[in-house]
Amino acid sequence: MKEEAVVQTQQSIGTAFKQGSVAGMPIFLGYMPIAIAYGVLASQSGLTIFETTMMSVLVFAGAAQFMAANMIAQGALFLQIVVATFVLNFRHFIMSMSFMNQLKHYSVPWKFGLSLGLTDETFAVSALHKKEAHKENSKFFYLALILTAYFSWVAGSFAGALLGEIIPKQLSDSMGIALYAMFIGLLAPSVKKEWRIGVVAVVSMLLNYMFSEFVGLETGWAIVLATVVGSLIAIPMMEEDDAQ
Amino acid sequence: MTMLTILGMAIVTMVPRFIPAFIMDRLALKPWLNKWLNAIPFAALGALIFPGIMTVIEDAPWIGITGGLVAAAIALLNVNVIFSVVGAIVTVYLLTI
Repeated sequence: MKEEAVVQTQQSIGTAFKQGSVAGMPIFLGYMPIAIAYGVLASQSGLTIFETTMMSVLVFAGAAQFMAANMIAQGALFLQIVVATFVLNFRHFIMSMSFMNQLKHYSVPWKFGLSLGLTDETFAVSALHKKEAHKENSKFFYLALILTAYFSWVAGSFAGALLGEIIPKQLSDSMGIALYAMFIGLLAPSVKKEWRIGVVAVVSMLLNYMFSEFVGLETGWAIVLATVVGSLIAIPMMEEDDAQ
Repeated sequence: MTMLTILGMAIVTMVPRFIPAFIMDRLALKPWLNKWLNAIPFAALGALIFPGIMTVIEDAPWIGITGGLVAAAIALLNVNVIFSVVGAIVTVYLLTI
């Protein structure tokens, strides 16, 4: 669209793609144990290998898939599961606003395509690579990052569904910490560089705690509200390029 | 029926993801709005970590917290995220033996 107007670092499609895969590698490795744990849980909940894998192909949202597998095991109804998924995943709307602002100069079809691959992790890692957006062929950087994560998620789910019974429950339980560890691993280096980022994160944590424990909001809405309100304190506190 | 549920989940997940692809370029962004959008990743990560991390092992919130502290300590060494992930899994595994 208006890409001519942006000063660009030259870069071939191949280079951009390779760099994007490298940036996505931590997500690839982090998703693998979680996806396997999901696959194990889903197949134990009575989903077939095909259904378990297709949920990863079509939904691509970790927390919601764990929840859905649990709800299916408990015999929840179609509408309950779909509504709960909407509530839990609505945070991606807020994240996508931030991500699309970063990719503002892309054409609409590219923005549409990349937005479909947005998860907590692909969003966080992309946001940590803001400067890439102004390089030539940077679309392929983000595409590769997302595809790397997606491949890991789908392949891991399939493997987990196959392994089903073999993995001991204690190990798959322990893997529940993996997502949180990844969030912490993504956040900590930025906090080390800029303490104000730590303030924003801690305020959001406390808000989320308050909204979910004391106000009694559903997890999904509590996260959305804590994210929106928590990031507002950055406006008086941070410079425009602090978060770059 | 399960496939129908999965399709329903796919649709309600997809729509909030792509709507901003169509609306964000129509908004002329003021600097304060940019600051807000730039801070969203960090606020979201905070909200995703806590208090959810306390529910990793049912009825033992301190196990999740300990795993998280180990992950944070490793992350501060500026090593790849995967080391935080592995360190936290091992910690939780050992604590639940």
